[in-house]
Parts: sequence; structure tokens; C-alpha cells
Amino acid sequence: MFNRNFSVSRLPGFGAVAVFTFVMLYLPIIILVTFSFNAGVSQAQWEGFSLQWYQAAFQNDQVRDVSIRSLWLALAASGFATVLSTLAALGTTRVGRFPGQTMIYALINQPLMVPEIVTGVALLILVAFLKVQTGYTGMGYLVAAHTAFCIPFAYLPIRARLETMDITLEKAAADLYADHWQAFRYITLPLLVPGILAGFMLGFVISLDTVVITEFVKSAGQDTLPTYMLGQLRRTITPEMNAIATLFLALSLCIVTAFFVITRKRGT
Amino acid sequence: MAEARERHGWKWLLCTPALIVLVAAASGPLMIVVAYSFLTPGNMGGVEWDFTLEAWFRVFFRRDIFDPDAITLNQAHLGVFGRSVLLSLQTTLLCAVLGFPTAWFIATRPPSSRTLWLFLITIPFWTNLLIRTFAIQEVIRNNGTINAVLTGLGVIDSPLQMMYTDFAILLGMAYVFLPLMVLPLYAAMDKLDFRLVEAGYDLYASRVQVLWHVILPLVKPGFIAGSILVFIPSIGAYVTPRVLGGGRTMMLGNLIALQFGQGRNWPLGAALAMLMLIIVVGALIFYLRWANREEARNV
Amino acid sequence: MKRTIALGAAALLASTSLASAQEVLNLYNWGNYTSPELLERFTEETGIEVTVTDFDSNDTALARIRQGGHGFDIVVPSDSYIQTWIEEELFQPLDPEIVTDRDNIAPQWRDVDFDPGREYTVPWAWGTTGVIVDTSVYSGDINTAEVILDPPSELAGRINVIPEMSDVMALAIYYHGGERCTDDMDLLRQVRDTLMEAKPDWLALDYGAVDSYAAGDFAAGIYWNGASMRVRLQNDDFAYGYPQTGYPIWMDNAAVLADAENPENAMRFINFIIQPENAALISNFARYANGISGSEEFMDEEMRDAPEIVVPDELVEAGRFGQACPQEVNDIHTQIWTELLQ
Repeated sequence: MFNRNFSVSRLPGFGAVAVFTFVMLYLPIIILVTFSFNAGVSQAQWEGFSLQWYQAAFQNDQVRDVSIRSLWLALAASGFATVLSTLAALGTTRVGRFPGQTMIYALINQPLMVPEIVTGVALLILVAFLKVQTGYTGMGYLVAAHTAFCIPFAYLPIRARLETMDITLEKAAADLYADHWQAFRYITLPLLVPGILAGFMLGFVISLDTVVITEFVKSAGQDTLPTYMLGQLRRTITPEMNAIATLFLALSLCIVTAFFVITRKRGT
Repeated sequence: MAEARERHGWKWLLCTPALIVLVAAASGPLMIVVAYSFLTPGNMGGVEWDFTLEAWFRVFFRRDIFDPDAITLNQAHLGVFGRSVLLSLQTTLLCAVLGFPTAWFIATRPPSSRTLWLFLITIPFWTNLLIRTFAIQEVIRNNGTINAVLTGLGVIDSPLQMMYTDFAILLGMAYVFLPLMVLPLYAAMDKLDFRLVEAGYDLYASRVQVLWHVILPLVKPGFIAGSILVFIPSIGAYVTPRVLGGGRTMMLGNLIALQFGQGRNWPLGAALAMLMLIIVVGALIFYLRWANREEARNV
Repeated sequence: MKRTIALGAAALLASTSLASAQEVLNLYNWGNYTSPELLERFTEETGIEVTVTDFDSNDTALARIRQGGHGFDIVVPSDSYIQTWIEEELFQPLDPEIVTDRDNIAPQWRDVDFDPGREYTVPWAWGTTGVIVDTSVYSGDINTAEVILDPPSELAGRINVIPEMSDVMALAIYYHGGERCTDDMDLLRQVRDTLMEAKPDWLALDYGAVDSYAAGDFAAGIYWNGASMRVRLQNDDFAYGYPQTGYPIWMDNAAVLADAENPENAMRFINFIIQPENAALISNFARYANGISGSEEFMDEEMRDAPEIVVPDELVEAGRFGQACPQEVNDIHTQIWTELLQ
């Protein structure tokens, strides 16, 4: 609506900085993708086009397993974290002060404030104890640990969205005798979607990045892509990793495209 | 009081699921670390259950290995603390300087393409942290992209040493944490009421005045969220300083990891972690107070 | 969102129920250290499915196993840690009924200091820690630790040192003429001073992927022989030197964990990897020697006469086998090391 009046939203130099940021953001990615097609072992010298690293990655069971495990772990953890954070954000935002609020904030943000290694060691001790006591050594521990770690990241954008949200619409809904649930379902939730989406995406990439915690919590056969790479760090990172990273990028592009096709269809 | 509890009960109820997960998988286990900071280091890592304040003593002071009576302030630790805080502040600033215009750019695109731009910010982050850090290494290493371009243009004769410096860590962290600034900023800008901006111009305010007095206060919640999201992970960053800093210049996360690893002094690691937590919480409270006071002044 | 959760939950269930059907083995090893070909051959021969999980340091592996509830059967720690593992009863003795071919272990590796009589461990791979130098940058003698500990001006500021305490401390102690586990405080003080004075000339204390050397980020460093070989294969200006004052020989060893869930399969795997033709697969993949007699004939051509693998005769004497130091000595070494890293 406001975009019709272009000058209002225009701030000189901002476009240039934004373009610069996007270029810087993609420069390493372009190099990474390029070298995933390199014929040689080197990640610095171009030796011709080849698909050998893709072939190697596909043939390597371990690489395939850890990639898939990383993906679904990120999906599960950020999914749970987003739901829990949305609820918590609704309980703590625009509701006035209430007893215990500060404590809730502190608890929600706590995983952010401690370096991963500390949470990792703490979880190692606790989780190992639970594993011995219960005999259950499955992925549940990793999902829980990742969920907890993703919550503050998912919570903040959702809360920021709620805080800047216009509440007149919800008041109007209440005036029209909508009950709490209806007001939430038809007014608040749709308005909240960008925040929830941002929270989910943040949680997802954070889970994909979580390496130290996973390293300490994982049991046999629970390597994720980052811990697999961490293990390689001491020896050498193979160009297979570039190939895998490129595939992850391609996957994200597919999801984005699918998302657009779906929203377009719904829009028309 | 009972009525108050009744009134606030639903808020607690909404928070409960999140709190259960957090207490079980984050805050609860953290208590173990608190306890560990008061214990004696075990053989090759781990702890002995003997109470001591030695770990806390060693956070601040150092005994010379060869002369146990010579006690000096532990400058190595203090140096690492100083560098971590400084680098994290610089990272936050750099993210803000790049992230604010970028978020603004996205928020002022036509609504249909905004999500696309937003996705463009997050797509690089589908690769994981280690991969991204290695990709940055390709850009800044001695015969990497930047040096190749600069040498090609004749700007420099010999390559700039960027890898394994504080600059490399700063660049890497800004790169890694940028979306944590852009996304909350965007979330706040997206709901910005542009009529207020328009009103500013109607009153003959300059662009700078509008930016400073109208836009900034309005997107402040996003800005606060963004800077917290960037600053705190920066201060405990482990992977980026390790890869790009080359292990010679340490940050807090590395110092703590060292104690839990090759340093084999878990209590010292725990005490350092606690101290860091105290600093971060202190900074956070200070920052939020300051932000609220600013807000009150602006209204 | 709902679908996401359902998907996650389904995947969770699937992954927990899949495993138990078949004979399995869980190997806990250094990253990028296990030849896929080796595992395939083992599965073909025995029908046992092997899952590899990586660790990135001896300390992480030890911490992880100590706490229990890990689900691993076999672990591959380095020689300097083995004594701790054995003392804490984390290993189980090898079963002579299944591990029948311990005689395949080369004589010098049969009765090692860290595991007398090879009661618990068998060799996985061994190597040396020496110096790697870009000979196009520095053309002097490279069989000395001086290029790192008191570097010539050509190399200063372009040196990388692996952040491994046992390797670096050993090189520095030998440089000053000491024994691996010396508790001579005067000598250790010299060691510390040498390291602290050398550190400003070092560019990084990093594992430094092979690439970083090949691409010219580093001109010299303390490095392992196998990794140095990989560097040379990419850039033949690089050469590997064996310090005359002494250089450490290390060995990573496979052992069966006391609380292994599949001890029998683990013992079979142990016996499998000490067969020469199988041990050669480990070497071909990781570029390190393996300590099994007769495996050379199954190794790749380029491994057999590589200067990084075959130690020159006049320098063999300078190599020192790994030794586990007493705790109080270890403490002093650790303190010097952490001071250096800070």
C-alpha cells in the first residue's frame, strides 16, 4: 500500500548496503558450490569439472546417514521449539507484568547465554546417567537437547512480532463476540505467521549448526553432519563435504520454490 | 492473591511446555556445572568430589608452575575475556550496520517478493556452520578470492594476511550470525506503520531525522532482539575462532573448551563458564534497563 | 507445522526400531579414519553390520565412554591415553578364543609400554610427528625441530603447530635433550620458555587441513607423517623432516569396551583388522603404517617407498616410542601446554 509512495520508504545508501550484504553472503557459497564440482582434491585450485565428489558422497553410507539424520533432527527440534515458543510468547507478551515473568524470561533465554561446550558437558553427565538408568539410548535425548537450544532463537522473533502487532483487530474480534480461540485462530495466528516462520527458520538453521552439544549427547550411530565434520577437522575435510553442502542448498531452494508455488496458487 | 493466581494462571499454562523442556535439557543440567566449579579436577578430566575454591582462584590468579609462591593476576584469562567482549561487540555492531539496511531493503519490497528476499538471507545457512566457516576461509586465505582480486587489480603486491587474525574471527562471526540480526529486525519492520514515516516527512523532517526519531524507535524491539541474539552466541563462539583464528588467539568459548578437553581441568572450565554467564546476564540486565529508559525518554 | 512434527515423530520411531534386527557392531573412531572398504569386507565375511561414529579428540572419547550409556563396542584411542583407559577398567581383555592372530602384530609393537603383552589392544595405525617445510621457502636442513622452535626468518610468521599436547611437548622436551616423561624442573622451565618465545613466530595452532599447506597459507609446521604425505601429493615443494634431537612415534589402538553390547562381534572385528590384507586397507585409506607384519605387500605402491612412511636409516634411532607419563608429570606438562595455548 505504502509502497506506491516510493520516497517514503527510501533511505539513501540502504539499497547499496543491502546489495553489498547479499553479495558478501553469497560469495563464499558460490566458491563452495564451484569447488564441489572440482576434479582435484584441492579446495583452492581449480582442476576441471567433475562430479566425482557427488558420486563419492552418494556412495559413502556414513555421509548419507549423517545428512539425513541432521535434516530430520533439525525439522523435529525446530518444529517442537516453534510450537513451544509460540505458546510461551503468547503467555508472556502484551499481557502486562505478572509474578514470575522475569524468571520465565531468564529460563527461556538461558540456553543462549551459556556456551555450547558447557551445556554439552552438563548434558553429557545427565544424559549418560539417564541412559544407564533407563536403558533408552535413542534419538530422544538429541531431540530434547536441540529443542531446548532452539527455543530462545524461535521465541525472540515471535515475541518481536507480537509486540509490534496491531491489537485493534483482536479487540474488534472480541467486540464481534468472537471467543478467545476464534480470535486467536482467525486474527492473531495469521498475523503472527511471519514471526512464526522466522522463528522456525532460525530454529532450523541453529539446529543444523549445533555441533558441540550433539558431540557430547550422541550415542553409537548418532552422528550428525556437523559432528561428522568435526571428527574430520583433525585430519582433513574432504571435498565430499562441499558436495553435501551444495545438496543442502539445492534442497533449501526446492523447499523455497515449493513454498512459493503453493502460496501463489492459494493467492490466485 | 488467589484471584491474581487465577488471573495469571493461563499465562503460566502457556509457558509450561517450553519451561519443562528448558529445565530438563538446559537449566537443570547447568546446575551440575555450577557444582563442578567447586570440585577438584580428576585424573585426565572429570572431577573428584572434594570441595575447593581453587578453580575460582585460578580464574583470576595464576601460580607460576616453577615457583608456586609467585602469584600474579591471571592476565591470560583476563585478556581472553577482554578480547571476547570486544570482538562480540564489534560483531554485533557490524551485523547491525549491515543488517539494518538489509532488513529495511527486504521490508520495503512489494509484499509478494518479500518472503523471497527473506529466504535469500537464510539459504546460505542451510549448509552448516563448519562448512560456512571453511567457505569464508576460501575467501580470505592468502591465495583466496579477495587477495586474488586485489593482486589482480594491482592494489597489493603480496597477499594480505587475513586468516588467523582477530579480523578473520570478526568477519566470520558477523557472517555466521547475520541472519540472527536481520530476521528479528525484519519481523519488527514488517509491521511498521509507514503513515508515521510519512507524517515525519510531512513535518519537513530530513531523512536522517526520520530515521533517527521515527523509524529507529519503532523497530527497536527487533533491534534489541537482534543484538541479543548476535552478541551472546558471539561471546561463547567456539567453531569460528577455532577455524578462522587458528587457535592462537582464543575466545572464551575456546578457553572453556580447552579446560574440558586437553586442559583437563573441568572445575576451572566450569568456573570460567559461570563467570561468563554472570557477565552476560549482567550485560543483558544493563542493556535492557538502558533500552527501557531510552524508550521512556522517547515517548 | 503439524505435519513437521508428525514427520519428526515418525522418523524418530523409525530410527529407534530399525537397528536391532541384524548382527551389529558399533565402532567409535577418529573422523575420516575408517576405510569404508574395510567395513564392507568385514560385513561380507561375517554378516555383521558396522556403524561408525566419530570423535574429534582423545579427551572427548574418554569423557564420553567414562560416563557410560554410550552403546559403543570398539574405541580407537592414542597410545598416551591407553594407560588411563586400562586403569579405569574401561576395556575388556581380548578374548584369546576369538582374537587368535595376535602374532601378526609386528614384533616391535607386540610388547608395548602402554599395554604390555597386548592384553587389551591391537594396533590400528601408527605414525611419527615431525616437521613439514616448504622447501621453496626455506632450503636449510629440515631434520631439526629448530625450524619450528627457533625458526629462521623465512619461516617466521608462516608456521602452524598442531594443537596436540603430547606431540608438541615431546618434540620440545627432546629438543632440550630430555626424556619424554622428565620431571627435571630446570629442563621443563627451558621447554616452557622456548615454546613461549617461539609462539609469536607461529601463525596458527591449528590442525590445519592439508589444503592450508598446499595452498600456501603455511610454509612450515609440526605435523604428522601421513598428513604430510597428503600435502606433498598436492604440492611437491613440501618435505617432511625427522628432528635429529628426537621425534615422537605414536600409535592409535583398537580395544573392546568393558560395557560393549556386542563383545563377540567386537572381538571378531579385532581379529579381522590384524590380518595383513585388512590392515593394509586401513593404511591405504589413512596414509599411515599399521604395525601388522606382512601388510606391506597389500599396500598401495606410493605408500611403500614414501619418505614420510619409510624413515631414513640414519634417523630411525631418533624416533621415540610413546610412553604414558605419571600423573604428576602429566600435570606439569598440561600446565605448560595450557599456558602456551592461552
